[in-house]
Amino acid sequence: MNRREFLSLSALGGAASLALVAEPGPAAATAVPTSASIVIVGAGAAGTALANRLARRLDGAKITIIDPRREHLYQPGLTLVATGLKPASYVVSDTARWLPDGVTWLPERVAAVDAEAKTVSTQGGQTLSYDWLVLAPGLVLDNEAIEGFSLDLVGQNGIGALYAGPEYAARTWSAASAFTREGGVGIFTRPATEMKCAGAPLKHTFLVDDIARRAGNAGKVEMIYAAPQEALFSVPIVSEKVRMLLEDRRIGTQMQRTLTAIDPGARRATFATGNGTEEIDYDYIHVIQPQRAPDFVRQSGLSWADKWVDQGWVEVDRQTLRHLRYPDVFALGDVAGVPKGKTAASVKWQVPVVEDHLVAAIAGGEGTATYDGYTSCPMITRIGRAMLVEFDYNNDLVPSFPGVIAPLEELWISWLMKEVALKATYNAMLRGRA
Amino acid sequence: MKDLTVSTLIAVFEEIFGRGVFWTMVTVAALVTLAYVYVLVRDRSVSWRKFLLAQLSMPVGAVAAVWFVMVMTHSQLSDIGGPIDVIVLLAVAVLGAVGMAILVYTLESLLGSTRTERRLDP
Repeated sequence: MNRREFLSLSALGGAASLALVAEPGPAAATAVPTSASIVIVGAGAAGTALANRLARRLDGAKITIIDPRREHLYQPGLTLVATGLKPASYVVSDTARWLPDGVTWLPERVAAVDAEAKTVSTQGGQTLSYDWLVLAPGLVLDNEAIEGFSLDLVGQNGIGALYAGPEYAARTWSAASAFTREGGVGIFTRPATEMKCAGAPLKHTFLVDDIARRAGNAGKVEMIYAAPQEALFSVPIVSEKVRMLLEDRRIGTQMQRTLTAIDPGARRATFATGNGTEEIDYDYIHVIQPQRAPDFVRQSGLSWADKWVDQGWVEVDRQTLRHLRYPDVFALGDVAGVPKGKTAASVKWQVPVVEDHLVAAIAGGEGTATYDGYTSCPMITRIGRAMLVEFDYNNDLVPSFPGVIAPLEELWISWLMKEVALKATYNAMLRGRA
Repeated sequence: MKDLTVSTLIAVFEEIFGRGVFWTMVTVAALVTLAYVYVLVRDRSVSWRKFLLAQLSMPVGAVAAVWFVMVMTHSQLSDIGGPIDVIVLLAVAVLGAVGMAILVYTLESLLGSTRTERRLDP
């Protein structure tokens, strides 16, 4: 090969790789012309990702996204903040940064939805009518459900509550780190309701245990995982693995215990058991509040009437996420009344399904995409290791990398995914690019 | 992971490092590679004297790359838990080693030292 041949070959190689980069994704298909008015409630993971995708798929649609919060939260990062591995700022960004041009953001709180009149009204007094409504407002934490607990207690007297947001996750770490230094009894709870990321209570338990171990204080801490459920995890095969891991770490379990009250001064927790109550003294307690749909959802008549009646999740088809009584309403993310699915990874699978059905309906057709309940949980088992647990409605394991990343093995690569790649993938999802 | 396409991967890498840093790194890597190709073409052969120094620098590159990844990800060597972890670790080491070798060889060729500049090997 002479120099000229060599150079022209390299130039060809360069051009080929550029062509690969510029390759258009499927979303770049011709936009559907429409004058439909679409209202998305919630600019969290699901609402933002859908807004970006719809902005690309539809031409001329009037898309409004309603969310009072100016800060977008990367919620999968809260477990890392609550163990001092990341600062609180790691999970916070500007809501506006993720919203596409051509989408109107209304920074107000929704007061009511009238699915008959097809209107959404805000607490600021505005009323918007819609052709299509997507409910993605997330969920609310019921702080009052635990007697004696309030958010201002978090971070003091050995009380942690990482679900409440970045500031409370950081305060959780100050209480948890004191426990890992000084030792004592640590209780790690779970609510009786459905909850986002059911792996997070376990992650917090494993991480706090690991940090105490690394500090040489394994002998000084007594760890107790206390949950209302009978099983450690809803997927039986994962539950068994978690049982083995907890035994290995000598973490005790107290099942069928629902936290009902705490006495912060005396550091005493009260649990409802199957046939009474039980009190346990603690030095550190991680409280996870019961979780419910926002009030406006529960008052709108869009919730299931015969399921989760105390929680109010939206009555949608589990495959299409379309409302069973109002076909112009969809629900995404935490608020959707489907088993499983309250994780960012689920949202990533759900959003393209709603996009497909919505765009197809606008174009006068019928969507074909379905959601199979995919939920993923990089279950951290210590700093530096995690299990990449992925499952669906059937409790089947559905590994993304079968034969390469074993789902029930504690691996460094699964930790790398959580620690390095997950936020990046999440952000790409927000932009509608993954 | 839903669709692991090239564009998804690029999007993910842009998010990890930030768009500016990522493309700067890609540009630097491309420039070093181009410079390497340039010296190969210019010299019309591999100089084994230069290559010796490049080879000697490879373990340094390997260790530096592994150390960098461990520090950046709160990890330690005892976290290696299965075959895929070993593969990833080796891949990081190999990348560091090869990158360092190419860098050293190119710098040596471009800047030159009297030891290796004198004449091409037979």
